[in-house]
Amino acid sequence: MTSPDQIFVSAKEWLVALFPAALQPMVGALVSIAAIVAVYPAIFALTTVVERKLLARFQNRPGPNRVGIPFTKIRLAGFGQFAADGIKSLTKEDIVPRDADRVVHFAAPIVLVVPALLALSVLPVGRNMAALDLRETGLLFFFAIGASTELSVFMAGWSSRNKYSLLGAMRGIAQMLAYEIPLILSSIPVVMIAGSLSLVSIAERQSAVQWGVFHSWHVFTPWGLAGFLLFLVAACAESNRTPFDLPEAESELVAGYFTEYSGFKFALFFLGEYLGLFAVAGVATTLFLGGWNAPFTFLDWIPSWMWFFGKLGSLVLFSVWLRATLPRLRVDQLMDVAWKYLLPMSLANLVVAGLWHFTAAWPAALRWPLSLALLAAPHLLLGRGFQKRFGPRVYRYAADPRPAPANPAA
Amino acid sequence: MLGQGIAKGLLQTARNLVATYVDKDRLPTIEYPEERQKLPEATRQFPFLVHDGDDPSKGLRCVACQICEKECPPKCIYIVKSKDKRVDYKGQTQFYPAVFDIDVSVCMSCQICVEVCPFEAIKMDTAFEFSTPDRFGALLLDKHRLAKSAAHYREIHPADAAESDAVMAAESAKAEAKAKGDAEAKAKAAAAKLAAVPNVSPEAQLPPPNSGSDSPTMPM
Repeated sequence: MTSPDQIFVSAKEWLVALFPAALQPMVGALVSIAAIVAVYPAIFALTTVVERKLLARFQNRPGPNRVGIPFTKIRLAGFGQFAADGIKSLTKEDIVPRDADRVVHFAAPIVLVVPALLALSVLPVGRNMAALDLRETGLLFFFAIGASTELSVFMAGWSSRNKYSLLGAMRGIAQMLAYEIPLILSSIPVVMIAGSLSLVSIAERQSAVQWGVFHSWHVFTPWGLAGFLLFLVAACAESNRTPFDLPEAESELVAGYFTEYSGFKFALFFLGEYLGLFAVAGVATTLFLGGWNAPFTFLDWIPSWMWFFGKLGSLVLFSVWLRATLPRLRVDQLMDVAWKYLLPMSLANLVVAGLWHFTAAWPAALRWPLSLALLAAPHLLLGRGFQKRFGPRVYRYAADPRPAPANPAA
Repeated sequence: MLGQGIAKGLLQTARNLVATYVDKDRLPTIEYPEERQKLPEATRQFPFLVHDGDDPSKGLRCVACQICEKECPPKCIYIVKSKDKRVDYKGQTQFYPAVFDIDVSVCMSCQICVEVCPFEAIKMDTAFEFSTPDRFGALLLDKHRLAKSAAHYREIHPADAAESDAVMAAESAKAEAKAKGDAEAKAKAAAAKLAAVPNVSPEAQLPPPNSGSDSPTMPM
């Protein structure tokens, strides 16, 4: 009997051993692919319902609670909703605008979903559980694949031949390019400290024990904490989540770059967005939150894959919480955050990570305050400039030249 | 400091999230088919025909005077007056509506029919669940579907019903008094006639000197 920690690993080994040796590598790959294609869309289905229910609660509504098993009174608290939504989007008419570029219009949602699934394949979801362990290039592969979603956004916006689609796509490109840089720069400290681009070895490295009972998650260091927060902001923007959902701002752009999509293609965009969110949440987990490691050594008996998916789910729930809290940024504010705050902060964080590496022999009482001060100073300085920028907008050129009306009360 | 506002906002929304599970007032949704809000007393949807007693076919107050049909702004009422007369709930002989239809898909709930009705026969109902797959037939309410008892009216609009009942009571008292007066006048006239039998021809041309009414066969 294998431990619950390795149950999926041994199940795969058993399944692969049933085939002749020549076929075994291919069967192994197919099993991993099947697992990824089954698990993440299942989480997506669950997320759509949970997100809607939670958002509703944040807004003092009960949320979807009707759809259950058809022809019965069983309601499952609304968790049948995703099946109803799926059937609806499958059976809806697939409309392609007359003037659209049909081929590109068709390809765009696929170009979004496939890289998202590829990016998920490098994540170590548990001990010995990475579908694809790229020892030399893991993280690089992830970012390279993640960047190709920009192509899909632009394909969708351009091929639709619709002004809202194109505006949404332009915004999407500008936003994703701007936030790609802080996203990568904020994860570089991890690579510097771990000395490896492999996500598997980065996760393994964090199982070392520090302070007696803690696993040494990177987030428990000054550069790790700052890097995690910066990564979280950039990841939110990269996956087009509120408050960075400008490419699909309903109030301005109908539905942004997928305005002209309906039926199953729309569902694919939806799926692709959430897979992208899972991918960045999974990478944030692996880089900063200890991957599949438990926080405390006495919790090691809980299977590693549960820890990974638990952390991933928590990050997704946190993004729902953010969505319920923050209003959308303006385009100029969006660019300000990326170039005037996140970029300098992530550069400062690189310096702190270097300092942390070279001061390993120093006492913690000196190392910690120094690192935190090096992070807090630029944060405060950069933040002072933002206080003004994030207030109400003053239209200098559109001032009303007429005299102000006399106060009737006076 | 940058980020303070975000933390504050997150705390605020989290508090809201938790409150919806703890505090009933923070989740004010009334889940409609199972739970219902108590409708305000002034609620009105579509008219209905009031009947007294238990049998709507006998107790209908409507006498098919067709005032409501003429006054209805969107012309959603259709009445066919009966050929015969029958004895109504008051014991008076009246016409009755052979057909009384209201097309609720046309009705605009203006309540003018209620205001013009001299017989307290048509009132506004509070029923609003008329959804149906049949656009035409099911939304054309005939007199059987429109007839509802006076008890129902008292239940849905107690204050208005009390007022309406008072009007009805006053009217029937008036009618009773008049009937009594008429009967007395008749008796008096008969007595006078009897006394003046020998010279009937000159007296018969003139009305009785101080009778309460001008004609004993007047309705009501």
